[in-house]
Amino acid sequence: MTTFPIDKIRADFPILSEKIRGKDLVYLDNAASCQKPEAVIECMNHVYRHDYANIHRGVHTLSVRSTDKYEAARDKVRAFINAASVKEIIFVRGTTEAINLVAQTYGKANIKAGDEIVITAMEHHSNIVPWQMLCEQTGAVLKVAPMNQQGELIYDAFETLLNNKTKLVAVVHMSNALGTINPVKKIIDAAHALNIPVLLDGAQAIPHMPVDVQELNCDFYVFSGHKLYGPSGIGVLYGKQALLEAMPPYQGGGDMIRTVTFEKSTYAGLPHKFEAGTPAIAEVIGLGAAIDYLNDIGMTNIAAYEAELLDYATEQAKQIDGLKLIGEAQEKGAILSFILNKIHPHDIGTMLDSLGIAIRGGHHCAMPVMEFYGVPATARASFAMYNTKQEIDVLMEGIKSLIKVFG
Amino acid sequence: MFEDLRDLYQEVIFDHNRNPRNFRIIENADRKVDGFNPLCGDRLTLYLKMDGDRIADASFQGSGCAISTASVSLMTEIIKDKTEAEAEALFKTFHEMTTGKSEDIQLEAVGKLAVLAGVREYPARVKCATLAWHTLDAALKNQHEAVSTE
Repeated sequence: MTTFPIDKIRADFPILSEKIRGKDLVYLDNAASCQKPEAVIECMNHVYRHDYANIHRGVHTLSVRSTDKYEAARDKVRAFINAASVKEIIFVRGTTEAINLVAQTYGKANIKAGDEIVITAMEHHSNIVPWQMLCEQTGAVLKVAPMNQQGELIYDAFETLLNNKTKLVAVVHMSNALGTINPVKKIIDAAHALNIPVLLDGAQAIPHMPVDVQELNCDFYVFSGHKLYGPSGIGVLYGKQALLEAMPPYQGGGDMIRTVTFEKSTYAGLPHKFEAGTPAIAEVIGLGAAIDYLNDIGMTNIAAYEAELLDYATEQAKQIDGLKLIGEAQEKGAILSFILNKIHPHDIGTMLDSLGIAIRGGHHCAMPVMEFYGVPATARASFAMYNTKQEIDVLMEGIKSLIKVFG
Repeated sequence: MFEDLRDLYQEVIFDHNRNPRNFRIIENADRKVDGFNPLCGDRLTLYLKMDGDRIADASFQGSGCAISTASVSLMTEIIKDKTEAEAEALFKTFHEMTTGKSEDIQLEAVGKLAVLAGVREYPARVKCATLAWHTLDAALKNQHEAVSTE
């Protein structure tokens, strides 16, 4: 803890010195989106000022420079999650698009009427709805593995859902509404024993822990750039090369073709087959800068620092009368979801905002999780590597004060 | 500590949130409409008992934030004994007051609903205050489908 360079990190994020309603900003809505370090902001600024042109198109200097930086970022992503090849790194708009891509290409090609897709009770809507749409299109059936009151997957119940009709398991690595970290290695091994491929929704997990897709042996891993201190509008689909090669393209257009005639087109190889049209060039390069920044700090160090923050916040929260934590999994990332007796999360959100504290109140795009706990919404404080114990103190004081006001 | 919020969270709002008025079911209601704010999960059911074109009784059930609870509670009080046309006019005035479309709203015209005028400074919360009224609007038009703010 003493070695974690928190002061330097905070100084690297310009927005953290903003005043909100006259107060110091305490930004605790990181599960929705993270703030950006100077390195990312400056990198994108530099791209547009000095390097920008369309990629893979021209022989001119800027196009070459832009292409080189874009492809260099792909290799940074590859190394960050330890994928075997850059061919396995597909740039998409975000986690949501990545899951829809897998559902509409891999899913449509391999999943038929009567087949089953297994998800869990704690999925984000983006890992529910694309599969429901696929099921409607194909006649496949969506199976939901249950969780317990702590917000943990009931693993045995999950395993009994796997059978020879199961064609895909799609599981959240870390829950955005509860913070639960799922036993993904165990899930993957169990699914693979029955030759079932596994997709991991890594949107929440990726900024909080080291991820090694080869060690996990997952078949697909998807995440968004904006939750990884990078730009919005960019995300990553990792897929094992053999699977991606066998999949039909997602969208047709420029950049994803080899040859086009009016009779027939042939498609480009990986990864370009899945990147039709001009991509988010500066955003990809900006994501590369975010990864460089995180590598300098070290994901293991970040995970250790955030674990201390979560322990501290949990301990403090439990001392507040009338506060109930939602999600108390043993394995948990830096998210504190809670409800207060008779105070709606939106009132909590507005009250805390007046103190400069940004939290989220709502269903967190996980309505089934809210239904499970019988609440319309929760308040959620979600932490990032730039948060501090002092900020948690400010949050807890704010909560205590608003409880008094509501009386 | 929450000085900045005094315009939004007035004592009347806390009072109606703690003790909502007309929080009950009208068994033989002539109109019954559900209102839902999918963004925050506020849900209410509005009941009206009509006497000709006059609202003889109004009540609600449901759960929501302090702003939406106070808004619907105040609304059920104020629309009682109003004609449909008067209630519609009140809806329009309330809507203008909370969305800030008109600069010179006569706060006297809305009576104690004026305590909700503060939401115009909080765009994220306007729907909390207007959900009840959109639901009433649907009830007055005799629509039965659930009202959603989205």
